[in-house]
Amino acid sequence: MNAADNAWMLVCSALVLMMTGPGLALFYGGLVRQKNTLAIMMQSFVLMALITVLWALVGYSLCFSEGTPIIGGFGYALLRGVGVDPNADYGGTIPHMTFMVYQLMFAVITPALITGATAERMKFSGTVVFMTLWSVCVYAPLAHMVWGKGGLLNATLGGRFPTLDFAGGTVVHITSGVSALVCALYLGKRTGYPKEPMPPHSLVLSFIGACLLWVGWFGFNAGSALAANGLATSAFVATHFAAAAATLGWLAAEWTTRRRPSALGAISGAVAGLVAITPASGFVTPMAALFIGFAAGVVCFLMVTLVKGRFGYDDALDAFGVHGAGGTIGALLTGVFAAQAINPVFKDLQGRPLPVGWVDGNASQVGYQLVGIAVAWAFAAVGTIVLLKLTDLVVGVRVREDQEIEGLDLTEHGEEAYNLEM
Amino acid sequence: MKLIKAIVRPNKVDDVKDALGRVGLPGMTVTEVRGHGKQKGHTAIYRGKEYDVSLLPKMEIEVVVPDNLVDDAVAAIITAARTGEIGDGRVFVIPVEQSYRIRTGERSEL
Repeated sequence: MNAADNAWMLVCSALVLMMTGPGLALFYGGLVRQKNTLAIMMQSFVLMALITVLWALVGYSLCFSEGTPIIGGFGYALLRGVGVDPNADYGGTIPHMTFMVYQLMFAVITPALITGATAERMKFSGTVVFMTLWSVCVYAPLAHMVWGKGGLLNATLGGRFPTLDFAGGTVVHITSGVSALVCALYLGKRTGYPKEPMPPHSLVLSFIGACLLWVGWFGFNAGSALAANGLATSAFVATHFAAAAATLGWLAAEWTTRRRPSALGAISGAVAGLVAITPASGFVTPMAALFIGFAAGVVCFLMVTLVKGRFGYDDALDAFGVHGAGGTIGALLTGVFAAQAINPVFKDLQGRPLPVGWVDGNASQVGYQLVGIAVAWAFAAVGTIVLLKLTDLVVGVRVREDQEIEGLDLTEHGEEAYNLEM
Repeated sequence: MKLIKAIVRPNKVDDVKDALGRVGLPGMTVTEVRGHGKQKGHTAIYRGKEYDVSLLPKMEIEVVVPDNLVDDAVAAIITAARTGEIGDGRVFVIPVEQSYRIRTGERSEL
């Protein structure tokens, strides 16, 4: 065990938790109308608690213990055998328990991202039931397939289709983004959308949230090196560069087509870039990161303006437009730009490094990335439809119209975000 | 006895208050309101979606004045609240039939 690696990974675990609360909670909290502020923040916070308990019972085991290529087994259920001794497959220089708690923070934020699409109209009870089912039936298989030993898409631990996903472009962002789209379609539009204005109630909150996300993302991506090493530095730099380029990409698109560069555009662009660089962060050069970020900024801008407007779905806070689209672009471009010089992830039988991405001459990697993307899309879409239907039968998914108009803070939680005196 | 109801720009409230004080009218009620007259609103854009903000924030000042001070009070408000641009607001003068002081219950003529 290496003390420096362990110290770094514990800090990264805390940074990733910070992305959900306060990061995402503030980002989303500011984007909803005042009457739904606590409801959306509460969903993120409750997931921090709910997914943690679930993780200890079966979640971690289903993701990372050995099982089938699709889902793990019960070897680590109740965290049996997950102690301070390192596990050679999952960060050989840190306690297995550190790896477990680090991965937990990813399992927490992923369903929380979906609440951006269900915002302002989904029941709290429905959210709790759906997210519990989703974490077990959609997140666990995807995490196992991509990161678990023997998983179908695992690139280094014996997968059939070696998909590169350094920190969760497929596992976190495609699954949450695509599920978000399905949720938005299943729930239907918010009452009054798109006729009634529903502007963000506090972009100041969103601004603080986005800045916390940016900082927390260093834990998310650089931490995925699982050690305080050169690869962590490389991923840290790629992450930062992509966020910067994406901010400029979104603003450039917005400034030229909508006359003004907006603060919401700047922070949305940064998040889009962070999403897109997630799968690539441990494989690409800083220059590739700039390209990936800029592309994500422009494409995600088009997704939330043109595409969303054209098809008319009410992805309230753009969980699909940013995470689904950004994650897909990032996963694809990882296959293009992954470089052996940065991370010699593939080796031949003698241990000599092999080309990794298209830039190295391994064009077939783009094909494997497409397989990973397709599996993630299909699994998320089908799983979400089934689980929503199930949730709808048990507790219902959507609040009554009069509750929606009064606001979820009062009708679901019995409190208000702001009781300001005159 | 008249009720003067003035709808003015939010940043003109202090000027109007001072001007009414100089006329000899210390009491007033101020309310935050929204509305528009000839002044059109503006457009805000969030993630490409445009919203027309047509109801703009204004302040409504209510003050009850004896008949002999009405003209001075109205003139004071207009001078203090005017910028010359569209959106300066309006002043209404409304007759008041009776007035009571809550502390004593007596009917008062101010």
